[in-house]
Amino acid sequence: MGVHRSTVIFAWILLLPALLYVLVIVAYPLVDTVILSFTDASLKKLTNWVGFDNYRKIFNATFASVIVRTFIWTFFSVSIKMIIGTFGATMLNSAVPGRSLFRVLTMPPWIVPMAIGIFMWGWMYNGQFGMISGVLQNLGLVSGPVAFLAYGSTAFWATIITDVWIGVPLVTLYMLAAMQAIPQDLYEAAWTDGAGRAYRFRRITLPLLVPSLITMSMLSLIATFNSFDIIWILTRGGPDGETTTMIIDTYRTAIGSYKYGEGAARAVLICIFLSLFCLAYFRTTSRFATGDNR
Amino acid sequence: MSHPAMINRYKWYELIGIYAGILLFLTFVLAPFVEGFLVSLKPLSLLFSSPYRFWPENGSFEAYRTMWISVPGFGRYIFNSFFISTIVTAVVLVLVVPAAYAFARFDFRGSGVLLGAFLAVNMFSGAVLLIPLFRLMRTMGVLNTYFAMIVPGVAFLIPSAIWLLRTYMMRIPKELDEAAFVDGASHFYTLRRVILPIAMPGITVVAITTFIGAYAQQFIYALTFNSKSEYMPLPVGLFAYFGRQEVVWNELMAASFVGIAPALVVIFFLQRYLVSGLTAGAVKQ
Repeated sequence: MGVHRSTVIFAWILLLPALLYVLVIVAYPLVDTVILSFTDASLKKLTNWVGFDNYRKIFNATFASVIVRTFIWTFFSVSIKMIIGTFGATMLNSAVPGRSLFRVLTMPPWIVPMAIGIFMWGWMYNGQFGMISGVLQNLGLVSGPVAFLAYGSTAFWATIITDVWIGVPLVTLYMLAAMQAIPQDLYEAAWTDGAGRAYRFRRITLPLLVPSLITMSMLSLIATFNSFDIIWILTRGGPDGETTTMIIDTYRTAIGSYKYGEGAARAVLICIFLSLFCLAYFRTTSRFATGDNR
Repeated sequence: MSHPAMINRYKWYELIGIYAGILLFLTFVLAPFVEGFLVSLKPLSLLFSSPYRFWPENGSFEAYRTMWISVPGFGRYIFNSFFISTIVTAVVLVLVVPAAYAFARFDFRGSGVLLGAFLAVNMFSGAVLLIPLFRLMRTMGVLNTYFAMIVPGVAFLIPSAIWLLRTYMMRIPKELDEAAFVDGASHFYTLRRVILPIAMPGITVVAITTFIGAYAQQFIYALTFNSKSEYMPLPVGLFAYFGRQEVVWNELMAASFVGIAPALVVIFFLQRYLVSGLTAGAVKQ
């Protein structure tokens, strides 16, 4: 398309308000976070430049375990989300009566206020009267009430399951769209050649889904790494720090204890990890050349 | 000749397998809502009885009445949530409609990078930018106002709104605005009089998804930038209640259901547009 000077100016005028907004509310705070991370800023203290002190301070055994935990938490959450979501999409892609209703029914966890869905999980995990504990007791699988959020190991998995639950609808709908974008004639050709359903799934559906699986995993990875609400509402990082991820730790340090400098150093570290994920994401998507590069 | 319909014909045991799979999947997705709803119907005595009972015998909607009193400020939280989401949606639309048009139509130098930069904003949700934003809001003296909860919310809803609307606008034939331009209409006139009316359904979808997004995600900023219950949106208001020792669970669940009702209504009426709108742009058609 021939681009006139006036057209370019017009395009920039259209973009400018949104661009300025994002610059002020996202880019400036980002720069400010980096600057803050080299200072000892706190609620009371005047700001002094402290160089890499904050970074040196956070690399201790506790924080190392927070990083490791964050990665384990994210890994399991994303993997389970992808598995359940793809399974759901496969089921909902079947041409059976009622499927449009079933598709609608997958949406609530994603569309209702996240916090409210989490309260419901909070009740389900409730140690004295919660559903999960109650059902396990009724089935005779456990002898007394189980307070899932009171023990590190169960709380860890409880927060993962809730995060999976929140993320599954998006994965499902995305994978469903990806499945429906596969040209139907591929299946028809295979069918005429006598290929069975399982064969068609393994040789047509699955290979063609790989780019979408990778894209969705990367997007999900970023969202999960950033996940705050679920852990904060269910456990606030406890018990005994067993569900403290990097985001939770940052929040506690910065907003909870007003140690802005130390919090900012943690936030910078998160940004570095996220940038690496994004880089990997752009590289894989450009390699597979999915629809994102329109 | 193969008949497309025959491919998808299932044998009876396949059908059973599929329905079992769907049932299993939906059970996971819907269990908390079903349980939450049943809890909202149960009298407290039944809730705290052992052994656990799933079905609400003697169930009633009593909790939906009493929660207005025992969840203090509930009406105010609902109003705040709607108010914040409405303003956020309006601001997002004003910023995004022109930007999406620019990205959909003008392929100037740097437009690709800029689009990527907008999308990268999605990366920094949550606590990452909280510290400078908190300090900024404090310096400006707007902590504990609606303003502090609206401003960051807008920024993080811009990228997906641009993405969705751009995809929609790209489907509008280019000939339309080219013809108007040839006829002597200015770019601005073309956008306002030719594109906007045609793009209205797309803008509506973006408005709805933005509103739902604003309503659903107003937690961390509201939690951090506001401590006054008169400005609290519903999720934070209920969270304050949720954190107490003596939570009246059936009333909390009743309040939750009233709080999610708008989203459920939207899903019910607009699911067709939501599914297609939200997945468009995600995958090449």
